[in-house]
Amino acid sequence: MVDIDTLREKFLKDITLAGDLDQLNAVRIDALGKKGAISFELAKLGQMDADARKQAGQIINAVKQELTSALAERQELLAKQALDKKLESEKSDVSLPTRPSIQAKMHPLSRTMEEISAIFADMGFVIAEGPEIETDENNFTALNIPPEHPARQEHDTFYLKADASGSRPVLRTHTSPVQIRTMRSTKPPIRIIVPGRTYRSDHDATHSPMFHQCEGLVIGPDIHMGHLKATLIDFCRSFFGMDELPVRFRPSYFPFTEPSAEVDIGCSREGGGLKIGAGESWLEILGSGMVNPRVLENCGYDSTTTQGFAFGMGVERLAMLKYGIPDLRTFYESDLRWLHHYGFMPHDVAGLHTGIV
Amino acid sequence: MKFTLNWLKDHLETECSLSEICDGLVRLGHEVEEVVDPAQSLSDFRIVEIKEAQPHPEADRLQLCVVDDNGSILQIVCGAPNARAGLKTVLAPIGTYVPAIDIIIKKGLIRGQESNGMLCAFSELGLDGDSDGIIELPDDAPLGTSYIEYADLNDPVIEIAITPNRGDCLGVRGIARDLSAASIGRMKPLDTSECKGEFDSPIHWALSPDTVEIVPRVTGRYFQDVANKSSPEWMARRLISIGQRPISALVDITNYIMMDLGRPLHAFDADKISGDTLFIRRANAGEKILALNEKEYECTPDMLVIGDRDGADDIAGIMGGERTGITDDTQNLFLEIAIFDPISVAATGRTLNINSDARYRFERGLDGESPDLLSGYIARFVQSICGGKISREVSVGAGVTWQRCVYFNPELTQQLTGIELAHPQQRQILNELGFIIEPGEDKTWNVTPPAWRNDIDGQADLVEEIIRVAGYDKLPMVPLPRLSVIAQPAYSQEQLRPIHLRRMLAAAGLNEAVTFSFMAQSDAALFGGGDDALTLVNPISSELDCMRPSILPNLLNALSRNMNRGIKNVRLFEIGPVFHGTDEASQTLSCAGVLNGDYQIGDWQDKARCVDVFDAKKIMEKICETLGVSSQSIQLNTPGPAWFHPGQSANMMLGKTAIGSFGMIHPEILAAFDIKVPVAAFDCNINAIPLPRHKNVARPLLKLSTFQPVERDFAFVLDEEVSAAKLLRAVRAAAKDKISDIGIFDVYEGAEIGDGKKSIAVKIQLTPDEATFTEAELQQISADIIASVEKQCAGKLRG
Repeated sequence: MVDIDTLREKFLKDITLAGDLDQLNAVRIDALGKKGAISFELAKLGQMDADARKQAGQIINAVKQELTSALAERQELLAKQALDKKLESEKSDVSLPTRPSIQAKMHPLSRTMEEISAIFADMGFVIAEGPEIETDENNFTALNIPPEHPARQEHDTFYLKADASGSRPVLRTHTSPVQIRTMRSTKPPIRIIVPGRTYRSDHDATHSPMFHQCEGLVIGPDIHMGHLKATLIDFCRSFFGMDELPVRFRPSYFPFTEPSAEVDIGCSREGGGLKIGAGESWLEILGSGMVNPRVLENCGYDSTTTQGFAFGMGVERLAMLKYGIPDLRTFYESDLRWLHHYGFMPHDVAGLHTGIV
Repeated sequence: MKFTLNWLKDHLETECSLSEICDGLVRLGHEVEEVVDPAQSLSDFRIVEIKEAQPHPEADRLQLCVVDDNGSILQIVCGAPNARAGLKTVLAPIGTYVPAIDIIIKKGLIRGQESNGMLCAFSELGLDGDSDGIIELPDDAPLGTSYIEYADLNDPVIEIAITPNRGDCLGVRGIARDLSAASIGRMKPLDTSECKGEFDSPIHWALSPDTVEIVPRVTGRYFQDVANKSSPEWMARRLISIGQRPISALVDITNYIMMDLGRPLHAFDADKISGDTLFIRRANAGEKILALNEKEYECTPDMLVIGDRDGADDIAGIMGGERTGITDDTQNLFLEIAIFDPISVAATGRTLNINSDARYRFERGLDGESPDLLSGYIARFVQSICGGKISREVSVGAGVTWQRCVYFNPELTQQLTGIELAHPQQRQILNELGFIIEPGEDKTWNVTPPAWRNDIDGQADLVEEIIRVAGYDKLPMVPLPRLSVIAQPAYSQEQLRPIHLRRMLAAAGLNEAVTFSFMAQSDAALFGGGDDALTLVNPISSELDCMRPSILPNLLNALSRNMNRGIKNVRLFEIGPVFHGTDEASQTLSCAGVLNGDYQIGDWQDKARCVDVFDAKKIMEKICETLGVSSQSIQLNTPGPAWFHPGQSANMMLGKTAIGSFGMIHPEILAAFDIKVPVAAFDCNINAIPLPRHKNVARPLLKLSTFQPVERDFAFVLDEEVSAAKLLRAVRAAAKDKISDIGIFDVYEGAEIGDGKKSIAVKIQLTPDEATFTEAELQQISADIIASVEKQCAGKLRG
C-alpha cells in the first residue's frame, strides 16, 4: 500500500506545479477522479475492519479535504492568471477613431419660428395658417388696398394666370390675408399669430422672392394700442433675451391699420459691427397698428363695437439679427456647410421653460 | 424725399438744432433715412495756393507742387494737368478722410518724392462740377479758409421716407407744416395773393367732355419774353444737394416748385404749340408720344393726354413730350398747374411703366386747391427768375370737392390707444394741422380735414393725427388679459406634425433645407407639374417660374450643388407646401427628402454601404410612425411614380389613399439634374394622413405575459413574384394572437432552388399569455403557418 502521506505530498506538489487549468484538472483527476489515487484509497476502506476503517478513513478524508481546498485555491489563482492573460491579449488602441456617425441640423428659420411661437403662446396666442396662392381680395382689397393704391405698387406682387372667371390669383405678398380669413370665419376674441411663406418679385442682396413673415392679430373687447405696445415690447425683449432692450414706437402707415406704428429696437453700430441692445442707433423690426375700421367692416365686424391690433415681422430678419447671419440669400441655398454652421440640433427645443436664447 | 436744413428754414421759423428736427420728424412718422452734414464730413478741406509747379523727375504725368497752406509751405505730388503756379485750389491735408474715395490721406512718397496731402477735384469731395482736374478757385479766395464754408455748402441734407398716405409731405412746405404742429418751430407765411396778369393768354384749354370726371381743375398761364438762362446759384445748389442736375432756369423752376411745395407743374414751350388750344382728352388708340425721357410711348384710349391740333404731347400728370418741351431757346412759356384723378394717373403710369416724380405726387393726391391758390405765387416766382410778362390765368374744370366732414368722438382717442388726452389738447393738435372743428351732437365734433389731407378717411385717422403729434411715447404699457386659467397649446394637433417630423428627421441624420416654392417649369413637368395655371405671369427668372408640384426637384438641385462643392454624402429634407392647383385645397404639405452616397460611412472597422431603396422606405416608415400610423396598416403599390426607378420604388397606401412614395430616382431624371450617382428619395403628403383619433390621456392597462417566449424559424420557397409583404401577411394570419414579433433573416435566389424561385427565411417569436406552449401546440402553430403560406402564397417549406 502506498503511503497516504506520500500521496498527499505528491499531489500537493503536483497542484503547486500545475501551470494552467488543464494541468490542474489532470491533477484533480489523478487524485480525486473516479479512478484517482485518493478515490482508490477510499475504496479500499470497505475491505477493512471497523476500527482500521475508522482510523484510515479519517486520515484519507482529511487528505482529500486538504487536496480539495488546495485545488480550489490553485484553480482560483490560475483562473485569474488566465483571465489576465486573455485581457492582456485583447488590448485595443482606444485612441483609434470611433465609427462615423451622422449629425444633422434643423434650419435656423424653423428654430426662429418656434421661438416666436413659444413667446406668443405664453401670451395666449394660437397659430393660424392660410394658403400661399391667394385671391386679390384677401391679399389686397379686403385689407383696404384698392387696385390703384400706391401701397399696392410697393408690394411687387407675383401673379398667376387669370382663371376662367377672369380673376388673377396672387402669391400672397404678406401673411396678412390670414387676418381676413380668420375674421371672416371666427367671432372675437381672436388672438393668433401666422408664421408662413410670403412672396415678392424682388431679388437682390437684401430681398428674396420668397421669405417668411409672422403676422399677429388680436381682436377683443377694449383691446387698445397700449396692449399692442406691451405685447410687442415683451416679445422683442423675450426674443433677444434682454430685459432692458430699448424699444421705440413711431408713427407709420399701413393701409390695414390705423393708427399705425413701426417698432424699432436699440442697437449700436460702433466699430462697424451691429450689436442689439442699448446704443446710439435704432433698427426697424416690426410693423403694427390698430386694425383699420374698414378692414373690420370688410370682414363683417361692426367697427364701432369691435377693435384690436395687428402686427407683422420678417422672420429672416429676426434670425439674421439674433444669430448673426449676414446674408439673406444663403437661407435658401441648402448649402450643407451653412446648415451645419447656422442650424440647430434636433434636441434643442425652443420653449420658455427650456430657454429661447 | 430729400431737402436741406436751410431749405426747410425757408418755411419754418425754428431755433431747434438739426438733431432736434430729425427726432421730431421721426416722432411725427417721417423716418429719417440719412443726414449728410458736409460741415462735418468736409470740414477739413481748405483753400491753398500753388506757388510753384515743376515736372516730377521720375514721372511724366506728375508734377511737384510747392503749396502755400496759409503760411506753411508743403511739397505735394499732383497728377492734375491744370496744377500750375498761382492757382488757388483745395487741399486735403494729412489725416483727412476723403469720403468719395474712402481713404485717409497719409504722408507718402510718390516715385521717390515726398507728398504732404492731396490737391482735390470736385469729385473727390463728392460734389458736382468739372472734375477733369483739381478745383480752380478765384484769386480772391481766402487762404486757410474751409472750402465748404467759402463755397457756402455747409447745408445739411436730410432724407426722409414719406409713407404713401402723406402726399402732402412730398414738398418741403408740407414737412414744415407737420413740424410746426408738433411745436418744432412756426410756419412762415407764403404769399398766395392773386396775380392778375397783364394780358390774355394766347393759349386756351379745351376739356373733352368725357374727361370731366378725371380732370377736376387745370389752370394755365402764358409768360412772354422769358429768359431761359442758367438757374440762380442758390437754386442750382439746392437741386444739386438733393441729387437733381440743374438744366435751365425754366426746367429747374418746375422741379424746384415740385420739391418746395409738392406741386408738380408742366411747362410747354408756347411757340411750339400748334394753334391756340391745348386739348385735354383721352388718347387715341395707338397714339404715340415721344416723352422728355427720350422714350416713345404708345397710349391706349383710357389714358389722359394733353396736346395741340398736331397731336398729344403730354401724358397728363406723368411726363411731358419732347416736341413741345422747354429748350434753352424757349422765349415764351405756357405753364400748367393741374389736378388729375390719382387713380387714372396711377393706372396710366403703371401701364406705361413710367416712374416720374410728378406721377409719384399725382397718384398720392395733391392739395385740391393748389392750382388756384398757388397760381399767383408760382407766376411771380417764374418772373422773379426769368423776367418776362405774365398773362391772365386760363382755367377749366369745376374744381376739386375736397371738403368733407368726419364725425369724431374725442373719447375714441383713449378707447383706441389708451392715451388720456384732454379734449382741448386734441382740438388744438387738429387745428394746428389745419383741420376745422365744428361742434357736433352730444360732445362730438364734426371735423373738416384740410384740402391737402386726402388721406383722412375716418375717426381712426384723426386719432392717429392726435397721438402722432402728442407722441407715441405716451402710449401706456398694458399686458393682454389672460384668456384662460391654464396655458393652452399654441399649435393644433395638425400643426404639431411638421414640428415632430422635423425633429425626427434631423435626429435620423437628414439636414433641413428651406427652398423656394417655385422652380423651373421644365423641372416641375418632370415631377407631374408644370401646369400653365401654376406658372407665374411675372417670374423673376425662368428658373423660378412655376409653383412646385413636389419638393424633390429643388432638393435634387441642392444635392447637385453640394456635390459640386465636394460633399459626398448629402442628406436633405424639407417640409413645405406643394401646389397642384390654385385653390386652397390644392396646396398640400409635403415632407420630402433625398439621400446619396454612403448610408453607412466606411472606416477602419466597417465597410461603407451605399444608400438604397430600403433607406428611403425606412424613413417613410418612420414618418408614418411619427404621425401615428403603424407600418402594418400600410400597403405598397409598385412601381412608384415615374420619376423613380421602376423596379426600386413604391407608392405607400393607407387603404385607398396614397400617402407618399419612395424609391431610387430614375436615371433619366438624375441625368436631367446632372447627377451621376444613385439617389434615394421619399415624398410624403402629410395632409393625406388622417389625424389619430383623440385618445384618452391615460394609457390602457399594460398586460405583460409572465411566460417565456419561444422562437421558430421557417424557410419558404416561393415564386419570384410573390412579395415578402404577402408572405409575412400569410404567416401572421395563421397565428395572429400569438405572434409577438416577426422578421425576415434571409433572402436567397440561386441554382439550388431553381429558376424563377426564391427562398425567404422567417423568424417568428411566439408569446403565450396564459400558459407555456406545449410541444403539441407549437407543432399545431407551425402546421398552421405552413398551410397558410402554401394556400396564400403557393410557398413550400424548404427541405
